[in-house]
Amino acid sequence: MTKRLFVKGNEAVAMGALEAGCRYYFGYPITPQSDVPEYIARHLPALGGQFIQAESEIASINMLLGAAACGARAMTSSSSPGISLKQEGISYMAGSECPGLIVNVCRSGPGLGGIDASQADYFQAVKGGGHGGYHIIVLAPDSVQEMYDLAMLAFDLSDRYRIPAMLLADAVIGQMKEGLVAHKYVPPADLAEKTWALTEKCNSGKRKVVKSLRLGDGEMEAHNNNLHARYAEMAQREVRYEGLHLDDAELVLTAFGSCARIAKTALRLAREQGMKVGMLRPVTLFPFPAAPLREHCATARKVLCFELNNGQMVDDVRLALPDKEVAFYGRAPGAGSLPTPEEFLAQIRTHYEA
Amino acid sequence: MNHDVFMAGFGGQGVLLMGNLLAYATLIEGNNASYFPAYGVEKRGGAATCTVVMADGAVGSPVVGEPEAALLLNPLSMEKYYTKVRSGGFVLINSSLVEDDGSSRADVDKLLIPANAMALEIGNARLVNMIALGAYVQYSKVVSFTALQQALKEVLPERNHRFLPMNHQALEAGAAFCREQLG
Repeated sequence: MTKRLFVKGNEAVAMGALEAGCRYYFGYPITPQSDVPEYIARHLPALGGQFIQAESEIASINMLLGAAACGARAMTSSSSPGISLKQEGISYMAGSECPGLIVNVCRSGPGLGGIDASQADYFQAVKGGGHGGYHIIVLAPDSVQEMYDLAMLAFDLSDRYRIPAMLLADAVIGQMKEGLVAHKYVPPADLAEKTWALTEKCNSGKRKVVKSLRLGDGEMEAHNNNLHARYAEMAQREVRYEGLHLDDAELVLTAFGSCARIAKTALRLAREQGMKVGMLRPVTLFPFPAAPLREHCATARKVLCFELNNGQMVDDVRLALPDKEVAFYGRAPGAGSLPTPEEFLAQIRTHYEA
Repeated sequence: MNHDVFMAGFGGQGVLLMGNLLAYATLIEGNNASYFPAYGVEKRGGAATCTVVMADGAVGSPVVGEPEAALLLNPLSMEKYYTKVRSGGFVLINSSLVEDDGSSRADVDKLLIPANAMALEIGNARLVNMIALGAYVQYSKVVSFTALQQALKEVLPERNHRFLPMNHQALEAGAAFCREQLG
């Protein structure tokens, strides 16, 4: 059997990123994600990379923009209020078509928030958190293993489409320890060389520009159309999800990340009690798995969406299933009051029997 | 196999190490485990809690509402969590510090263990966690003592390996106490 490590989710995402060839990290500490920079600070120098604790979140995201413009695999990580500070820079990255990884180990509530697990940043992540009508790739790991695996996938997707990618996690996924199989990174065969990047290889005599300011006649409109065409292409090609017991499900659950873990136990208990319940867990939150949802819910009576917030992803579920009854249960947890599988099971029973 | 255990005490009692060891031993035996520490404004003497979920298949929720077992090492934990343990479950109470004998519930298996006194007897007050863990593993058989000892060896830095015999002794003392009390 492959040797399994026993590590925190925050360490796993750092390990996955370094294995995927990330050699530049820029960030500023904040709970509950500080294990990410801590791990990277310890290991990146030996790999010949650069770890920089910047003077602020805003500085660090702009350093990421710079490293990405030069073609490097680079990342930053933070938590909700810090991610808000980075939004201007993320918009510039989206506008300048600069790939890069942003990890958000989400806090709860607006403002400075709490440090408990929460999924309150779903809207900010998937709807384009900054100005300008853009989107970024958003992946939602639900285990320590996926923190590792999806860090690699995030870099690949980000490079392939020249769109920044975010891993959206929380204190449950970040602080929890589980077994991890740390496998080798294999770059996808179709990943093109970054000929657009501002590197020393620029000897063709042709000028290279990475920019978000586009003042030429029709230039900005064409740029926006181009970005949105790539979002549509991703929706066709890059959607990822996990399906459980969907074949005969009368009630389909949807949940992502830590909340999906709680729901999985509730699902097992419901099945043990003879209820025909299934689950579809979006792994990519953007692009959202709308088509698979439609396909798998075709014969279900009802859909129940669980979230650790007051209802955000449920909007996308409802948009995907306009003719289906979609119920919601969720709450923004406070200290020590995470929803439990028993609590979700009670909701499943109510909706299953109704 | 699906098992879960909640552990609580105050900072310094080794609650988190206990959870780490149990989860790691579970992995060593080829099963899956999640270890989820409560995460708060940490301070010495403050509350320390964690939940370990063990399964031969995929581990679902790392969060448990009504744990199957609870190891309660100080009075505050007893006060807060005793009522939450699942009916038919198991509760270990550190009777060196907790006065409440748990008689308010008849629907759980109880083990009152004077873990602090036993630790001092072995020669180190800090062995409370190993005594409690030994007793729990003896009761539940969720992992083997061999796996637990291997986990301990891998988790402890080499320079601390001289403490291994003492820790093994504490695990065994907890197990022996459990055997005597509960058969």
